[in-house]
Amino acid sequence: MKALAARRRHPLATVVLLLLGLLVTGAAYAAVAPDKATASTGASADDVQAGRDLFLANCATCHGLQAQGTRNGPTLIGVGAAAVDFQVGTGRMPLQKTDVQAPARGPGEFSEEEIAQLAAYVASLAPGPAVPDDETVQPLDDPERISEGYELFRTNCAMCHNVVGAGGALTRGKSAPNLMEVEPKHIYEAMSTGPQSMPVFNDANITPEQKQSIISYLKQVEEQPSPGGWALGSLGPVTEGLFVWVGALGLLIAIAVWLGAKSS
Amino acid sequence: MSTDHQGGTELAARGDDQRFENPGLPPHRHRLADTDPKAAKIAERQVALLFGLSVLGSIIFVVAYLTLDLDGTFGALFRSNLGLGIGLGLALFAIGIGAVHWAKTLMPDTERVEYRHPMRGSDADRAAAADILRLGAEESGLGRRALIRNSLIGAAALAPLPAVLLLGDLGPLPQDKLTKTLWARGVRLVRDPAGTPIRAADVTIGSMFHVMPEGIQEAENPLEEKAKAAVMLIRMPQERVAQRADREGWDVDGIYAYSKICTHVGCPVALYEQQTHHLLCPCHQSTFDAADYCKVIFGPAKRPLPQLPITVDDEGYLVAQSDFTEPVGPSFWERG
Repeated sequence: MKALAARRRHPLATVVLLLLGLLVTGAAYAAVAPDKATASTGASADDVQAGRDLFLANCATCHGLQAQGTRNGPTLIGVGAAAVDFQVGTGRMPLQKTDVQAPARGPGEFSEEEIAQLAAYVASLAPGPAVPDDETVQPLDDPERISEGYELFRTNCAMCHNVVGAGGALTRGKSAPNLMEVEPKHIYEAMSTGPQSMPVFNDANITPEQKQSIISYLKQVEEQPSPGGWALGSLGPVTEGLFVWVGALGLLIAIAVWLGAKSS
Repeated sequence: MSTDHQGGTELAARGDDQRFENPGLPPHRHRLADTDPKAAKIAERQVALLFGLSVLGSIIFVVAYLTLDLDGTFGALFRSNLGLGIGLGLALFAIGIGAVHWAKTLMPDTERVEYRHPMRGSDADRAAAADILRLGAEESGLGRRALIRNSLIGAAALAPLPAVLLLGDLGPLPQDKLTKTLWARGVRLVRDPAGTPIRAADVTIGSMFHVMPEGIQEAENPLEEKAKAAVMLIRMPQERVAQRADREGWDVDGIYAYSKICTHVGCPVALYEQQTHHLLCPCHQSTFDAADYCKVIFGPAKRPLPQLPITVDDEGYLVAQSDFTEPVGPSFWERG
């Protein structure tokens, strides 16, 4: 302590103090800062390089050699690893054909590792939403969280995706997909990146905890039996109306024809 | 006119000559059960079987009613509904088609002709009816007793008054309820349902926030207020948005607030496509272009969604500049 006190008037003391202060501030900021601005996902330079190779071979035709976007595809600078993990992980990308929207085709031709490498490359271009860890997207059994998830889902999601996540129609042939059997990770990524027609629900709008509540609600709905009998896809008036018009009215017409027919 | 008339009589005269001959009833065709006793026996058994099915349905209903306990679970409710429905349905349906089958196969089906009789009463009947009316008028003495007549007129004139008062209870008139919402100068935009205020910086491009006015839970009728004040907040790249001089300064750096209540019949319009900036109403497919002040581009709605002018307060939170400048939701009579 005495040695330190003796050196406090050393010409370099101010510099050392400044550096120390900066270091503490930086470390403290890194510890508490929100993760939405983090560019790196803990991926190594090798992953980024491998991802770049995959990108050039599979994506650059539409998204451009520098991922800057072309007339055929949007720029990927700043979309983050989450967008890549969602689009490629659900088989929406690479795009199968030009259409009103890219359908989910299930896990496509890329392995988990390759998707991670692609995501690492895109994430290295500019900061964007990161792939959430397993703990963040783990569905919970807590009734309060499920109930909170339902309220959020009803307000923010149900108008397009249907109140039990069965999906629904949008304009001009587009549609909001069914959310049953979708991986929790992909539900989370869709909210934070806003793929295709879907708006973005960033962490400032719906916090990660609230996103987890929404996932918990959807998984709860998935497990629920249908006490009303045949749910007809839970699409409400669309399928129920079709069933009634075709089935019930068809039966009534058949009975009317039988009533009017003369007995042989 | 006269030539027309002549042509008409000419046609009618020709029509008389070539009058359509009534072909009469087609020859009667006997049914299998009419000629073959064996077929009649089969039909009789079929009818009995259908009535038997009805008995079975009634028994199913009674058994289901007595044995299936409602323990409060959805599963029990489902089983009970199924049992009762199948039982009652079978009981009523089988009795009905049994009766129809009986009538069609076994009851006589020979055609008979019943002629329409004239509607006019006989002259004697008509004279008697007229007598009754005249006698009634005479006996009541309405012409002679002015007091009774006048008081009856008074009573009849006042009788609708209670109805007028009751109709008055359909009011009061809505006053400004259809034109005013909870939004006012400086009211913060808060998230629905959390109720937390929103910073302009939180609304990134492509985002959508579902918004309520701050303090809506303390309102007298929160749900009624919500039905008018619901707002969507979206941020679009400014170069994508059409510019209009009279709406200048209503947005905050491309953050636009629009009423969520459809101008057709008031459903919540909230199906927002962030690439096309289309807002779709799920009820009747009215589509609004958010990039052009919510102009109607498809469907039955007639007016654009009203825009809420917003700005930022001292603390960086989004606030309303004023109430909506026009009534939200569907058109109504006094709106014009």
